[in-house]
Amino acid sequence: MAANPKLMNEKAVSFKLNGQDVEAYGDETILQAAKRNDVEIPHLCYKEGYRPDGNCRACMVEIDGERVLAPSCCRQPTEGMSVSSDNERAQHSQKMVLELLLSDMPQQGKSPYKLNSELDYWAEKFDIYNPRFEHRGEQPQPDLSHPAIAVNLDACIQCTRCVRACREEQVNDVIGFAFRGKHAEIVFDMAEPMGESTCVACGECVQACPTGALMPAKNVGLIEPDKVVDSVCPYCGVGCLLSFNVKNNHIQYVEGRDGPANKSRLCVKGRYGFDYIHHPDRLTKPLIRREGVEKTAALVDPLEMHKYFREASWEEALDFAAEGLNQIKGKQGSQALAGLGCAKGSNEEAYLVQKLVRTGFGTNNVDHCTRLCHASSVAALLETIGSGAVSNQVSDGSFAEVIIVIGSRPNDNHPVAATFMKNATERGSKLIVIEPYGSDMALHASHFMQLRPGTDVLLLNAMMNVIIEENLQNDKFIEEHTDGFEAIVENVKDYSPEKVAPICGIPPETIKEVARLYATAETAIIFWGMGISQHVHGTDNARCLIALALMTGQIGRTSTGLHPLRGQNNVQGTSDVGLIPMVYPDYQPVTDENVRKKFESLWGTTLDPNVGKTVVEMMHAIYDKDINGLYIMGENPAMSDPNLNHAREALSRLDHLVVQDIFFTETCGYADVILPASAFPEKDGTFTNTDRRVQLGRQAITPPGDAKQDLWIIQQIANRMGLDWHYEQAKDVFQEIRLALPSMAGITWERLEEENSVTYPLRNVGDPGEPIIFKDGVFPTDDGRGRFVPAEYIEPAELPDDDYPVVFITGRQLEHWHTGTMTRHSRVLDAIEPGPCIIINPEDLTSYGLKSGDILVVESRRGVIAATTRADEGMQKGVVMMPFSFNEAAGNLITNDALDPVGKIPEFKFCAVKLRKGNRANDQISRKKIKVDE
Amino acid sequence: MKRTRGKKGRILGRVMDQHALLQVQELIGKQPKTRDMLIEHLHKIQDKYHHISNRHILALAKEMNLPMAEVYETATFYHHFDVTKEDEIPPPAITVRVCESLSCEMFGAKKLIEELGSDIDKKHIRIQPVPCVGRCAAAPVAVVGTNPIEKADKASVISAIEKKELSDSLPSDYIDYNSYKDKGGYKTLTDCINGKYQSEEIIKLLEDSNLRGLGGAGFPTGRKWRILSEQKVPRMIAINIDEGEPGTFKDRYYLETDPHRFIEGTLIAHWAIQAEDIYIYLRDEYAGCRLMLEKELAELQNNPPCKLPKIHLRRGAGAYICGEESAMIESIEGKRGMPRLRPPYLAQVGLFGHPTLEQNMESMHWIRDIIENGADWFSSNGRRDRKGLRSFSVSGRVKKPGVHVAPAGISMRELIDEYCEGMLEGHEFYGYFPGGASGGILPASLGDEPLDFDTLQKHGCFIGSAAIVVLSDKDSAKQMALNSMRFFEDESCGQCTPCRVGTAKAVKLMEKEEWDKSLLEELSTAMIDASICGLGQAAPNPLRCAIKYFPKEFK
Repeated sequence: MAANPKLMNEKAVSFKLNGQDVEAYGDETILQAAKRNDVEIPHLCYKEGYRPDGNCRACMVEIDGERVLAPSCCRQPTEGMSVSSDNERAQHSQKMVLELLLSDMPQQGKSPYKLNSELDYWAEKFDIYNPRFEHRGEQPQPDLSHPAIAVNLDACIQCTRCVRACREEQVNDVIGFAFRGKHAEIVFDMAEPMGESTCVACGECVQACPTGALMPAKNVGLIEPDKVVDSVCPYCGVGCLLSFNVKNNHIQYVEGRDGPANKSRLCVKGRYGFDYIHHPDRLTKPLIRREGVEKTAALVDPLEMHKYFREASWEEALDFAAEGLNQIKGKQGSQALAGLGCAKGSNEEAYLVQKLVRTGFGTNNVDHCTRLCHASSVAALLETIGSGAVSNQVSDGSFAEVIIVIGSRPNDNHPVAATFMKNATERGSKLIVIEPYGSDMALHASHFMQLRPGTDVLLLNAMMNVIIEENLQNDKFIEEHTDGFEAIVENVKDYSPEKVAPICGIPPETIKEVARLYATAETAIIFWGMGISQHVHGTDNARCLIALALMTGQIGRTSTGLHPLRGQNNVQGTSDVGLIPMVYPDYQPVTDENVRKKFESLWGTTLDPNVGKTVVEMMHAIYDKDINGLYIMGENPAMSDPNLNHAREALSRLDHLVVQDIFFTETCGYADVILPASAFPEKDGTFTNTDRRVQLGRQAITPPGDAKQDLWIIQQIANRMGLDWHYEQAKDVFQEIRLALPSMAGITWERLEEENSVTYPLRNVGDPGEPIIFKDGVFPTDDGRGRFVPAEYIEPAELPDDDYPVVFITGRQLEHWHTGTMTRHSRVLDAIEPGPCIIINPEDLTSYGLKSGDILVVESRRGVIAATTRADEGMQKGVVMMPFSFNEAAGNLITNDALDPVGKIPEFKFCAVKLRKGNRANDQISRKKIKVDE
Repeated sequence: MKRTRGKKGRILGRVMDQHALLQVQELIGKQPKTRDMLIEHLHKIQDKYHHISNRHILALAKEMNLPMAEVYETATFYHHFDVTKEDEIPPPAITVRVCESLSCEMFGAKKLIEELGSDIDKKHIRIQPVPCVGRCAAAPVAVVGTNPIEKADKASVISAIEKKELSDSLPSDYIDYNSYKDKGGYKTLTDCINGKYQSEEIIKLLEDSNLRGLGGAGFPTGRKWRILSEQKVPRMIAINIDEGEPGTFKDRYYLETDPHRFIEGTLIAHWAIQAEDIYIYLRDEYAGCRLMLEKELAELQNNPPCKLPKIHLRRGAGAYICGEESAMIESIEGKRGMPRLRPPYLAQVGLFGHPTLEQNMESMHWIRDIIENGADWFSSNGRRDRKGLRSFSVSGRVKKPGVHVAPAGISMRELIDEYCEGMLEGHEFYGYFPGGASGGILPASLGDEPLDFDTLQKHGCFIGSAAIVVLSDKDSAKQMALNSMRFFEDESCGQCTPCRVGTAKAVKLMEKEEWDKSLLEELSTAMIDASICGLGQAAPNPLRCAIKYFPKEFK
């Protein structure tokens, strides 16, 4: 262990270790101090970062004056203590423990499941090869019930690292240490097979296991990798650092790295969902639409794509792609073109896409999925406190005394961030969960407010009402740092808890209690997600949250602030670099002449002075034939947009559609040309997580077949549209990004390579970065003050009525990512969740004469789908919820495309539907699958 | 609750079995659902349904907002809980537990188990060999349901079953609250509270009396109180009546005769160290005593001699290890009885994280007498320069087994001759366990050594809870050592390697005709040096003694 500079400031304790004078710092244990001084003491149950448990007794040392030996992993040295780890007595116990454990291993030898297991390492070190004890005899059977994890408890040494991993680190509470004595055994829940337990397959236990009793399935633990590439997880905004273990250009397995956002933790997607990149469905050749094949609104079955498309050379495909765009630009003009980037791409890719659209297409019609995600949150944040980014990082926020999680299910959608929040509750923080659905997060909550969908403004205004009624607001903060408080006071008068309670479905007392808790906490943070933003009143929802923070002064301090949890791994970054129709990089308005001049000089061209169209606006313009040419890099609007029948019809009306992707997505079916692109581990790039951490993704493997890196493809199109770009690698683009984004100007590529993760704002080279912004209540607004914007309750755009009596919500689920392009091509994730399901309250289900697992038909004014039901008592009555990842029952066929007037975000979280009993034969569409050779 | 994954979870979703939930809610009633009540609630399910099914575990987990894994691991840790899977046939409603520990084995437990096993209707009754049930003076002992049958034979056991005598009853003749009070009971307590004594004075008195912890460790009681009184508040008190060391039954003896004496002592401790709540942890095997304590504590609380603290009576569930002080604390907190690593000591970080005075019940039994009679009264007893009284639980080959209160420092021979009316007819004194299974075995040649704390260490033994098992020429030390090691193997909590694996490997080695003495010695050294708690550290004592003192048996 390298000297930890943090420890060096702590008080030192001097003691003797094997006769040498040694110092321990802070709360270092003997084992830690020994490691730091290169003294090896065997240890098995101890894992750095975990609570030491001292059960294996391999690390016993003799302390002068003590009757028995002491476990060095648990014991802190005291001044003058004399410790021996290498004398005969200590070594006798150390070796005996290893011999005892080894004697019960399969064949009393090396782990058959893992190369270089920790037990093997120590056994070798001490020359223990032939234990003198008989094997215990009976052996637990292998449990191979889980698609991702093999459980071979015959190699288990009962060190309980997996229990601590599951219970104390990730707080998933699945693994237990049951029975007693020699029968003591690791169990999942109530001794279920792992695959049938509540295990969420985060794999923390696998990473923790010192013997290979828990390993990734299919024996990949026995493969010696060619190389280990340090990179970042491609899925959500948490931004976990990880390593790809590569052999023969194949990623064999993934391990968590000690990143600032994940502390070596990962979730099922990050750890086991990487194999989509090796799926045989990957696009490996450019494709051009066959002549005369008509476009319709119907989806094209990927199995039949060759009926619609023919293979082409890159040269031909790129020429074709650019030519189509050039023609439209020439005939209909720049405004007839548009581009969609993707929050899965890197900062460099996003930057180039927006630059291509702005300088090559000549329009600001460029947007991406942020529009469907946090557009309303960002709008409200910019309007009130001048910055759309989070004020505090998750790692800091999870030390708050009060943590509000509203409109978000981090356990499913930001699983690793959720673990830190759960850790907080174990430490005594109060977790307040506000959402219509009782997810697993609510199990850890001190207060769970299961509100009726769409009533957020009512509830939040009522909380403000309580705070003002009870005089709990922070007058000093309001006075010194804000404007417009009077308007809030006036506005929330009408929202007493008693009045809103029956509509929200929350008792007034609970509302009061939570308001008091939040207002009076020393430190308090609000995390929110799509449940806040994806409403026609999404901006209002966010305004209320911001107002709550401003009136109580709960912002701008350690563990205190606002954190809209970013969904995509790089939605923060792609927005930062200007993949938005109304702003250039760093949120500089396209309508501001000075700004525009700056970018015109940076990019050496003239720029469109008008705000461009947003995602849904683009679809309407395409539908109306105002936009005729579209370039899509990575997005999948034929699945992700609301009211899909409309969106798909629009896509089919395009004169020229260029799609750049890694799979034949639903959107590809409407394309004129398809460019096979690179997946995350196939390229370098920077990605900005929800915490404003800019992190370096490194290439681990090469793209399959003729697929190309996106950076190259974008440039090829750009250069065919009259631009003259010569970016050799991501690093070159990053250099330019630094010029375009003052807030990232100080981040150098070299520093990223060295530190992996750097937080902005970081304006000057060498700055430390600012993990907490809005410090001392100073906001990046014109006058440095935060603004209150009152919000009045408006109802969702489409309320349930006699014809459509049930509320329909779309959401996500742990195992699947958005439109399923990646995760549905992952063997493990697909095995765990192979198809769509409708989450419904069991009593509601019974009322349709159905039982869980039966087929239900969901119909809205816009579409109809059928899927299997899943009874869930966490779901309130009169509401159904569905993940939108499955094209055989695409939730977005149902959703409403009504927009929030400010954020232009559609109301994914509320529409009216009717339900009826369905049947498998007539209603259900089943997915066709290419058989994957394993 | 969380959703089960896999196909089953996808189909079934997340729905609670309402029937099981109602059953569990009914059993819990208005009692608290805090974590520390888990074992109490598990008892309710086991008592009512004679087993604990997964459905009930899930319902209980939901009701208490605990992960089901934590409920499951706790339930399966304790031998008195029969945890069954969904499709598993529950165990028979009647369980006959036959003790197979030291004295009972000497008096024919094996034969009894065999006879009962072959003769009994296995559908309705099961026979379970179990460790010491604390009635060694009347070996062999069987427990039908909770009804203990002393000097059991097949006929008496079957008769109890037939007559449906399945429950233990109140002890027949004990001093109840009113009689205790009538005879001056709780006067000393009220004197303390009313200011007749200062707590410092009482602590000093205890220090002078030389009273030591009588659970086995022998830590000076006065010093313990002093340490506690200096800790931060709140402070807790936990009284250990998890008497499980094979051969020990003195606590039961005092409970069945004069229960209020220890309660008064405990309340004095509570006053002296200014504690919060009192927890009394009683082993589940003492069902009659539990009835009695429930009744007497209720009487006390209904008509209190003074303002009383909260007194919680907690029920063990069949785990010897919970007699280990920190394991008992864990168990009171509703967890598996896994000993804690120390430091920190319980006096610093104990029950619910608070400084805790943990005392054996008998230690508290003597408090009132010492205050009333003075420190000298207690310390003036003793032989061979030892001080105080010891309650010896004597069993084995003597004419008059039972609890004998004798001076500390008395020798084994004196104890046999003066208190036990000599050896049984036809038996010659051969050796003895001075402190239950964990205290080791001494040969007759060391029968004149003083019996007390600190005197037997040099012989590789200790007196512990003063549980003496007397062996005769009809017994084998080697066999008794194996019996002890099997006991430790069964009762090891499974936490640390030297004990969990060590006891199992030792049993394997000791079951062989020829013992591999050098390997056993190596193993013993590591178990003694490296085990977390006293169980593993003491487990090798009998085997090492057998090798050292009974070489003839190895020829």
